[in-house]
Amino acid sequence: MSSTPTTPPTMAQDASPAIRLSQARPGDAGWIVEVRQQSGRDRSLPPEELERRLLEFGFVEGATVELLHEGPVGGDPIAVRLDDMRVALRRDDAHEVWIRLAAEAK
Amino acid sequence: MSALSARIALVGNPNSGKTALFNALTGARQKVANYAGVTVERKEGTVKTPAGRTLSVLDLPGTYSLRARSPDEAVTRDAVLGRLAGETPPDALVAVADATNLRLVLRLILELKAVGRPMVLALNMYDIAQRQGLRIDLDGLRRELGCPIVTTVATRKRGIDALTAEVDALLDKGALAGPNQWREPTAAEIRDAHREAQRILRTYVRPPERPDTLTGRIDSVLLHPVAGLAILLALLFLIFQAVFAWAAPLQDLIDLGFQGLAGLVGQVLPDGLLRSFITDGLIAGVGGVLVFLPQILVLFLFIILLEDSGYMARAAFLMDRIMGGAGLHGRAFIPLLSSFACAIPGIMAARVIDTRRDRMTTILVAPLMTCSARIPVYTLIISAFIPSERVWGGLSLQGLVMFGLYAAGILSALLVAFVIRRVFWRGAVEPFLMELPTYKLPAFSSVARGLLQRAEIFIGRAGRIILPLMVLVWFLSSFPAAPPGAESPIDYTFAGRLGHFLQPLLAPIGFNWQMTVALIPGFAAREVAVAALGTVYAVGDAEANIGALATQLHHHWSLATGLSFLAWYVFAPQCLSTLAVVRRETNSWVWPAVMVAYQGGLAYLAAFIVYRTAVAFGAG
Repeated sequence: MSSTPTTPPTMAQDASPAIRLSQARPGDAGWIVEVRQQSGRDRSLPPEELERRLLEFGFVEGATVELLHEGPVGGDPIAVRLDDMRVALRRDDAHEVWIRLAAEAK
Repeated sequence: MSALSARIALVGNPNSGKTALFNALTGARQKVANYAGVTVERKEGTVKTPAGRTLSVLDLPGTYSLRARSPDEAVTRDAVLGRLAGETPPDALVAVADATNLRLVLRLILELKAVGRPMVLALNMYDIAQRQGLRIDLDGLRRELGCPIVTTVATRKRGIDALTAEVDALLDKGALAGPNQWREPTAAEIRDAHREAQRILRTYVRPPERPDTLTGRIDSVLLHPVAGLAILLALLFLIFQAVFAWAAPLQDLIDLGFQGLAGLVGQVLPDGLLRSFITDGLIAGVGGVLVFLPQILVLFLFIILLEDSGYMARAAFLMDRIMGGAGLHGRAFIPLLSSFACAIPGIMAARVIDTRRDRMTTILVAPLMTCSARIPVYTLIISAFIPSERVWGGLSLQGLVMFGLYAAGILSALLVAFVIRRVFWRGAVEPFLMELPTYKLPAFSSVARGLLQRAEIFIGRAGRIILPLMVLVWFLSSFPAAPPGAESPIDYTFAGRLGHFLQPLLAPIGFNWQMTVALIPGFAAREVAVAALGTVYAVGDAEANIGALATQLHHHWSLATGLSFLAWYVFAPQCLSTLAVVRRETNSWVWPAVMVAYQGGLAYLAAFIVYRTAVAFGAG
């Protein structure tokens, strides 16, 4: 959970780091930069399925996210504000969502 | 007036107030059934339009996408596409949107437009949108989407006539379904649709000036890792105490009523077979079941309030990891909680879980949750064997034992699910995505309607399944009649013989033959066991009646037997109706067979351990 996030290739040039939504802490806020289902993860789901489900729920590039709450056991699942709705998801599924944290409010 | 009639279907995201709109449209003119061949609940009603049309309105299961991921969503997709077997395709669609949460539904509307059917958009909860200072350019949106738009407040029945008038206008224009261009979108197409929805939203909707902050503030308490969980557990505990305390006066009243009725019949009819049939078979049987209606209503009152207020999703959030640890899907919480009322809606609610394995696990363990049909059995045995005392500063001891029985059911369900996932189905984890809806004050009329529907279903069950069984039990325990002057008349009857025949099998767990007799109809419907016990004892002992049954049992059974019977009922093989539903849901007799085998085995084992332990402690 605390391992350094690997940067997805498409984001390599950007200054502010992108992290996986699964690594976010309560209070973290930003926007989604990429939703992509990693290949090679044993999900027993057809390829693209998780990606499409996330997209259908509004986890789409450009949407704003803020981590609101964590579940009582192991900080999982997480409740996020996604644009103007609230969505709960497991960190395992949030793994596929890359976010860029907004700069801290000064 | 010619027979003007048409069909419309309501489509929308979950939590869009779709069902509230359906209720506002159709009022009491609705029918709840199942879709042909599947067990998705089918709600249909009728409404008269201003032009005098009779519209039949179909309330389709909520969905975020036509790309169906569960049997419920498949019904919505197929009904919208007009290819649902046994359903006439709708003449028009009514897309229902939460006006305060338009982003996702706009994408769904774009999918619906591709289907090509005439459509009206109902912007529901429009009052909340206005209160928040959310501005929607209705004319612009109308032009952009190319469909009429009405604003509605379903909970206050506002905009209903405008909505049906728009449907009239569409149908008068002779709007027909165009060619269907919908097909399952790829990820790239979903992204494009989102972009399009985003553009529409930016152009025609100005964000709220006073967004809702109440939900966020409530969530910071209710979703708090410690406080939230404590509140959830306290709530569950309150529900079980309430099922006992609140329902008691009403139960006493029903009990008295049926006793009075039996007494009245006793005065009118001469002693004989007919009187025995009416008082011991019919009145005692129906009364013994109906007396538990108050408890079922109290329980469903809580379930409906939790669902309508938006708390149910929070409970699923809090429980997800705990359920997940047992190999259950977080959404399994809802089917399993419904199983507290009855395993049948619970098993049917398992359809909200999209994958087969997660669904199967939930279905297999759902009957272990203490259904309300077991409440009669528990209540009877508890009141017979557990003293009515207050312990630990005012907690009812009987309530505590009840709580313990519920806890035993929950724990064993989690344990069985764990074993299934670890031993039989390894891997295969499903995504868990769930909207946390805005908190709402439940509307009185919708709660009342929900309770009424549950009561109808329960009474229907009591009437159609249980009553014939009660008559059968009465017949088995009355024939063949004993010769005059026989010491124990029931020994001569079919029931007595069957009970004696099966008794050796259940003797190791402390069951006497009266219990064996009661178990046989109890397999057809759990709550029948109580009435069957009543019949067996009433026939065996002329002085007894249902009200005094507890005293009878206390007199006839040892404490160990009573506890063993309770343990048996925690796991007992479910009623035939449950098995029939499982057969339908899984489309195979294998799963009902697996259920009977594992639950029967667990029940026997648990009763054996409890009985032997109690006997060892001198309670035999």
